[in-house]
Amino acid sequence: MVLALGAGSLNIQAGGAYQQPKDFVREAFGGAPPEPSRLWIDAALKAQIRQVLERDLGVLRLRYWGKDHRTAWILDEIGKERPITTGIVVENGTIERITVLVFRESRGFEVRYPFFTDQFRGARLREGLDLDREIDGISGATLSVRALTKLARLALLLHDHSDFAGGR
Amino acid sequence: MSRRVRVFEWGMMTGLLATAVVPLTAGAAGPPSAEEMWRVIQAQQKTIDELKAKIEQSEGRVRSTSERVDAAEEKVEATAQAVEAAEEKPRTAASWAERTRIGGYGELHYNNLDNDETGAEKDEVDFHRFVIYLGHEFNDRIRFYSELEFEHAFLEATEVEAEDENGDGVLQPDEIEVERTPGEVELEQAWVELDLTEEHRLRAGIDLIPIGILNLTHEPPTFYGVERNPVETFIIPTTWREAAIGLHGDLGRLAPGWSYDLLGHSGLDTPTEGRNAFRIRSGRTNVAEAPADDGAVTGRIRYTGLPGLEAAVSAQYQSDVTQGDLDIDGTLVEGHIDFRRGGIGLRALAARWDLDDGPAGLGPESGDSPGRESQWGWYIEPSYRFSIAGLTPLPGELGFFVRYNQFDTNAGTSADTEQEQINGGFNYWPHPDVVFKFDVQEQFGQKPGNDDDGFNLGVGYQFY
Repeated sequence: MVLALGAGSLNIQAGGAYQQPKDFVREAFGGAPPEPSRLWIDAALKAQIRQVLERDLGVLRLRYWGKDHRTAWILDEIGKERPITTGIVVENGTIERITVLVFRESRGFEVRYPFFTDQFRGARLREGLDLDREIDGISGATLSVRALTKLARLALLLHDHSDFAGGR
Repeated sequence: MSRRVRVFEWGMMTGLLATAVVPLTAGAAGPPSAEEMWRVIQAQQKTIDELKAKIEQSEGRVRSTSERVDAAEEKVEATAQAVEAAEEKPRTAASWAERTRIGGYGELHYNNLDNDETGAEKDEVDFHRFVIYLGHEFNDRIRFYSELEFEHAFLEATEVEAEDENGDGVLQPDEIEVERTPGEVELEQAWVELDLTEEHRLRAGIDLIPIGILNLTHEPPTFYGVERNPVETFIIPTTWREAAIGLHGDLGRLAPGWSYDLLGHSGLDTPTEGRNAFRIRSGRTNVAEAPADDGAVTGRIRYTGLPGLEAAVSAQYQSDVTQGDLDIDGTLVEGHIDFRRGGIGLRALAARWDLDDGPAGLGPESGDSPGRESQWGWYIEPSYRFSIAGLTPLPGELGFFVRYNQFDTNAGTSADTEQEQINGGFNYWPHPDVVFKFDVQEQFGQKPGNDDDGFNLGVGYQFY
C-alpha cells in the first residue's frame, strides 16, 4: 500500500512514530516548505509504478512538495504486515535523504537507523528502474529492507515525472 | 478585460481611423464639405458600433471559455475527491479486514541419500512444510500473529489398536495405539504483542525461542540448502516454540543497532529412557497439554548496527528438562554471526548444552545413549550470490554455498561421537520470494551410522 498522505492529515499517531510527516517536509525545505503539488498518475506512469512495486498504487494522484529541482515525498509500503511510513527527498534525480517516519512492524526496526538509510544517499535510478547500487540488508529484516528499497525507487521515479524534474 | 482583448480593441480602432482618413485625403482637390464630413463620421460611427459589438461578443466568448475551464477543473477536482473518498470508504467500513493479513511459506523436498555403513537408502519426495500465517492488528499498539503449519502433506490414522489393559471398562488414552502417516498439524506461533513504548514490546502466547538464526527466520528463500542444518536441528531444536511471555525491544537512542529479548516460557520435557533419553529435539512439547512443572528463561542480545551484519548471543536456563522426573537442570549458550555485504555472505554459529548429571545411573551421562550431559555443535557457511539477469535468459539471482557442520549429541562420553556433515550447492531465486535449491551432502565422523551421503533437491516460496 502506498498512500498519498498529503491527501489527508499530516499528523500520525502510532506506536513507532519517530517524526511527523509535516515536520519532515518542513525540515526538508529549511523551515519554509512550498505549497504542495499534485502528480497525476497517467497510464505510462502507472505501468512504471507497477514495475517498481509489483502492484498498482491505487490512487489517482499523489501530493508532494517541490521547489527548484528538489521534491519531497511521504510514502507508505508494507514490510511484512503493516505499512512503513517514509519521507524521501529527491534532488536532481538522486536521493538526498530517506527517513523512516513511522514503523509499525514487529521486526525489522533497524531500517530506521542512519547506518542503514545512509546507504540510499546519492542513489539514482538506472535502466530497469533499479537503484544504481546494492543496498546491504539486515538479517531478520529482509522484508523491511525490501520495502524501503522499493520506496526509494518509487520516489526517484515520481520525481522524474514531477514538475521539478529538470536538472538531471 | 484581458490583455489579449485590449490589444485586439486597439488594433481595430487604429485600423478604423486609418480607413476613415484615407478617403478624406486621397483624392482631395480641396477640403471636404460639411456634408461629406458628416457622411464619413456617420460611416465611422457605424463601423465603431459594429466593432464594439464584435469586441463584446469576443469578450463574452473568452469569459465563457474561462468559466468553462474553471468549471471543468472544479469537476475534475470533485471527481478525484469522490474517487479517493470512495476508495477510503471501504477501508473504513472494513477496517478489520484492512488490519488483517495472511501469508505463508512452503517447501517441497526430494532426498536421495545412501548410507554405506548401514545400507539404508532414502529416496523420497516430501512436501515438508506448508505454513499459513494470519495476523491482525487491533490498533496501532496491539497486534496478533499466528502460524499454522502442516508438515509432510498427509495426515491419516493407518492403524488403531486399543486394549482395556486395566480392565476398568474405559479406554484410557495410553491404552490406545495409533499409527499415522508422517503428517503433523502444528500451531507454530500464536501470540499477542503490546507496544509499551516506541522501543519496547510485551509479547505473550506461543512464541519462537530467540536462539540461533533459523529458529526465527526459516522461510525457504532465506537460507541455503534444502534441509535445515543439523546444528540448528539437533542442538537448537528448530523450529522451537514454547508458551512464553517476554519483553522485546531495541536499545534505541541509547545504543543504536542493539536489541534484546528476555522471556520466561515453558520448558523441554526430554525422555529419560531409551535411545532418545535427554535428546534435546525429543524434548519439545509443542505446547500440547504439555507439563509445566519447570519453566525456562531465555535472553538474547543482538547487534545489527552495520548494514548486512547480525551478531547475537543467547542463553537459556531450565531448572529441570525432565519436568519433575529426575531434576536435571540445563543451560544452553549460543552465539552467531550472519553477514552479507554485496553478494558475499557468511554465516557461523556455535551452541552448547550442559545438563546436570542427575541421579547416578539414571541421568544423561548413562543409559542407552550416554554422554548427553554435554551436547554441542557449530557450523560455518560462506556463500556468494549474484544477479543473473542479463547474463542468462533467466531472471533473478543465483547463489552458491558450502557449509561445514560439526556436532555431538553425546559429548559427555569418552568415546568419539562427533558427527560431521558438509553440504554444498546452489539456490536459484527467479523472484526474491521463490527459490529452487540443490545441494550435495556428505556425512562422516566417528559416530557409528553417521554416513548419509547423496543429494537433495527442493523448491520453496513465501508470500506476504
